[in-house]
Amino acid sequence: MKRYLFNTRAYAYVAVFVALLFLPRFLGAYHLMMFESGLAFAIMAMAHNLLLRYGGLLSFGHGAYFACGAYGVGLLARYYPDHFSFELAILCALALSLAISVLFGFLVVRHTRIFFSILTLALSMLIFAILVKAYNFTGGSDGIRVEIPTFFGYEFDMRRIQFLVGPYYYILLGVFTAATLTLLAIVNSPFGKALQATRDNELRAEMIGAQVKKTRWYAFVISGLFAGLAGAVWSFVNGHITPEISDWVFSGEIVYMVLLGGFMVFEGPIVGALVFTYLKLYAISSTEYWMLIIGSTLVILVLLLPGGITGGFRSLFLRLKR
Amino acid sequence: MGLIYTLNGFYFAAFLFLTSLGLSIILGVMGILNLAHGALYAIGGFVAAYIIGLMGGDAIVLIIIASALCAMIAAGLTGMVEETTLIKPMYRRPLEYQLLITFGALLIIEDLIKLIFGGESRYASAPFDAMGSVRIAESTYPLYFLFVMAVALVAGLLIFWLMSRTRVGIMLRAIEMDREMAQAMGIPMRKLSVMAFVLGASLAGLSGALVVPTTPAVLGMGMEPLIMAFIVVVIGGLGSLKGAFLGSLIVGQTRSFGIVYFPEMEMPLLFLIAVIILVVKPEGLFGQK
Repeated sequence: MKRYLFNTRAYAYVAVFVALLFLPRFLGAYHLMMFESGLAFAIMAMAHNLLLRYGGLLSFGHGAYFACGAYGVGLLARYYPDHFSFELAILCALALSLAISVLFGFLVVRHTRIFFSILTLALSMLIFAILVKAYNFTGGSDGIRVEIPTFFGYEFDMRRIQFLVGPYYYILLGVFTAATLTLLAIVNSPFGKALQATRDNELRAEMIGAQVKKTRWYAFVISGLFAGLAGAVWSFVNGHITPEISDWVFSGEIVYMVLLGGFMVFEGPIVGALVFTYLKLYAISSTEYWMLIIGSTLVILVLLLPGGITGGFRSLFLRLKR
Repeated sequence: MGLIYTLNGFYFAAFLFLTSLGLSIILGVMGILNLAHGALYAIGGFVAAYIIGLMGGDAIVLIIIASALCAMIAAGLTGMVEETTLIKPMYRRPLEYQLLITFGALLIIEDLIKLIFGGESRYASAPFDAMGSVRIAESTYPLYFLFVMAVALVAGLLIFWLMSRTRVGIMLRAIEMDREMAQAMGIPMRKLSVMAFVLGASLAGLSGALVVPTTPAVLGMGMEPLIMAFIVVVIGGLGSLKGAFLGSLIVGQTRSFGIVYFPEMEMPLLFLIAVIILVVKPEGLFGQK
């Protein structure tokens, strides 16, 4: 308890949380919705970083689990519109992403490094192919509309935009906070330490009793679950889901978010996801050649600022302190 | 019809082989997975379509040679620029940066193609039409398909000869085996890295050039071949030429027969086969542990 009470990080968390509570007063509807998708992506990026930073595994197909979450919500909306409640939708999303990440995780954790990346990428394209080809079931490339859900029996009788800038912001903030704290707890748990041991030295971890493959598999499943959660909460913000989120280009953008924020800091991916959301919005709205902008900033980032935004601040801070 | 399906399978395999060969050389020699490989393929496609459209319908042999050569040069040059500016600082960096920088290169190249050639698709079926077709087993079969298979076979043999018999190939294989030792032995790493990258890139350009007579060049045309090439590389084993060859055959035939017997589901079927191979032999058919 003491460890948490007298911790500057804990105070910073509380301060940021309070600031976020009052954010809707300062942001317009449009920017608040952008911020909401940014928050959803932030959960996604943290889930991805659990594997990258703590497991040393670079997934290039995390969009697949994000898509599983979104389609868990979408399929419920499509086939059981009468039972379309937020809590049930989240459960469906978690169930679907759990099933897929257990299955895929079993296959991919037998590999590390580049083989792991290629495999996760290829498997995400399998999900993409299924989502597109099984159009009778999933709506194909047209996707599925996601309406306003009920929330524990309460019905929101309002327009979509009102729902998004009003109650949904606080629901999403709650989910985001819970996800962040849970992931932080996982990272600092014995399991998290075992995962880091498998990253640093596979053989040594095995020798001191960590079950390397199993640890990686569990980490993969946890990461997939949180990715699914992110996809689920994002689908309500976007109001419409398409198979594109399972395309590997989106998975590449996830990696970009994580590195943009700085993957060596736990909170880095959050910063990265928010900045990336605005960067992409700005690029798309200002030019037809937005990929050129995203690509160039990506290249510059990798070449000049490998620690990402938080890494850059940290080294600046350390330099000033000296 | 079985013979035609088998031939179609070989035809798919020929493309896959050319694409995955380039990817595999770069991956094997330099340990870098070039996500922009599909974009280089698209460059080949657009340049070839442009050349074919420019030259019209006569002198078909000349057109094919010119379009393929220009496509290879364009893709090779782009590859060279990519290697010397972006990839060069990446060799000592961790995997995530290597992958991300090639991803950035992909985004940039895709938009540059849009900037140069415009957004609309380009048709260039002249070589395909001019070659006509032959009769095989009571049905007509496009001669162009057989031509592509021959090109892939010749290219494969050339690369195999290059890698196993020539001095450059031996040095490349030495780098593949042990980078540090190769450097210590005085092998010119910089020169060979650029060379391997240009070779891989121009192979992508070649297969892009060969595809435009049958399907128009469109933006994002390199995405599907890239994924297919990944599957081939996974099945065959990272960086193995033999693996790329056998993997292409497996994927090509599966796709051809899959389209006939399990329409719409040929992609999942491919993955199923890849998964079975990986469970039985995790490092791929010809991969090293």
